[in-house]
Amino acid sequence: MKTKSVSSSAFNQGLGLGLPIGLGYFAVALAFGLSAVGAGFTPLVATLISLTNLSGAGQFAGVQVVGAGGSWIELISTVLIINLRYILMSLALQQKLPARLSLWQRIVIGYGVTDEIFAVAIAPSSVISWRWFLGLLTLPVLGWTGGTTVGAVLGEILPANIVAALGIALYCMFIAIVIPPALDSRPVLNTVLIATAASCLLKALPVTSSLPFGWRVIVATLLAAGYATWRWPNTPEVSTAEDAENAENAADDAAADAAAAAATTGKEQSP
Amino acid sequence: MTMPVAVLLMFLVTVLPRVLPLLLVRRPLRSPRIRAFLYYVPFAVLSAMILPDIFDSTGSTVTAAAGFAVALLLSLRRRSLVVVAIGGATAVIITDLLLGLF
Repeated sequence: MKTKSVSSSAFNQGLGLGLPIGLGYFAVALAFGLSAVGAGFTPLVATLISLTNLSGAGQFAGVQVVGAGGSWIELISTVLIINLRYILMSLALQQKLPARLSLWQRIVIGYGVTDEIFAVAIAPSSVISWRWFLGLLTLPVLGWTGGTTVGAVLGEILPANIVAALGIALYCMFIAIVIPPALDSRPVLNTVLIATAASCLLKALPVTSSLPFGWRVIVATLLAAGYATWRWPNTPEVSTAEDAENAENAADDAAADAAAAAATTGKEQSP
Repeated sequence: MTMPVAVLLMFLVTVLPRVLPLLLVRRPLRSPRIRAFLYYVPFAVLSAMILPDIFDSTGSTVTAAAGFAVALLLSLRRRSLVVVAIGGATAVIITDLLLGLF
């Protein structure tokens, strides 16, 4: 009896931490649902993608590639490179997981590694248990999936010109994610400028203008992130994602930011 | 490529990078270069996806440029994600209405 109440309070604690994330995800998912319908997906398929992927930029790029009739190699290459960062997060989270977890419990926890959930889970104040993580995961999944359904259905109901106008919303969110860190960090600023210039050049140059969207994003990403890594291989922010011991404050801040921002404004990144 | 295949492929390339490290790796990633690269990738990806594609996002380059300008200004002032999105979309709708007047 006693263990049961302890478990359920761990679940509820996780649930509370996930509430602001779930609210933020709902807003971003509305924009994703709209753009998925714009790219030719039905609300059902868009919802299925959100439920199975639980990721922001990766889903958006995937939908763009499929909508443009891209090949499966372009699809998996594009989505994979966008999702590479999750390797870093899962490697860090791995260190904090309780030893006794079944295979499928590890799979579910891995499925739940998004930028914001990771930020909360990696915070030193968080003690990860299976029940706690399940609680943390619940509302973000509901918010992300439900928001996608609502956005996609709205996309089918609203007048075409309004849907066209809202097609820009997700791009605006990407701008809001990229610009503030670029203002604070020279390496990030260079990464943003080089990737933008490379993407525009690849589109403008006659030789490469026929390159599909996904490949263009991949080439621009490798150029920009490659240059920044060569030039600034030891940027201080890099360690915060990995060494929980060395970066306790940063992780705390990130978790607080993710929670607070998602609650009020959704300032943090989409999942 | 059919829709179910596309959904399955997206699921695999999203979940595997998250799940495999939890199942296979038992020690932290020490190489600072790999960690730096993985840190920069999201910024590079999002930037590469914004331009020039944002100009095709509304069906009119003029309205899209207005939305882009407003979103850029708001984010330079560190406004939140939702405010930037609503601001950009509103600018597009207003520009579209203005274009209709002339």
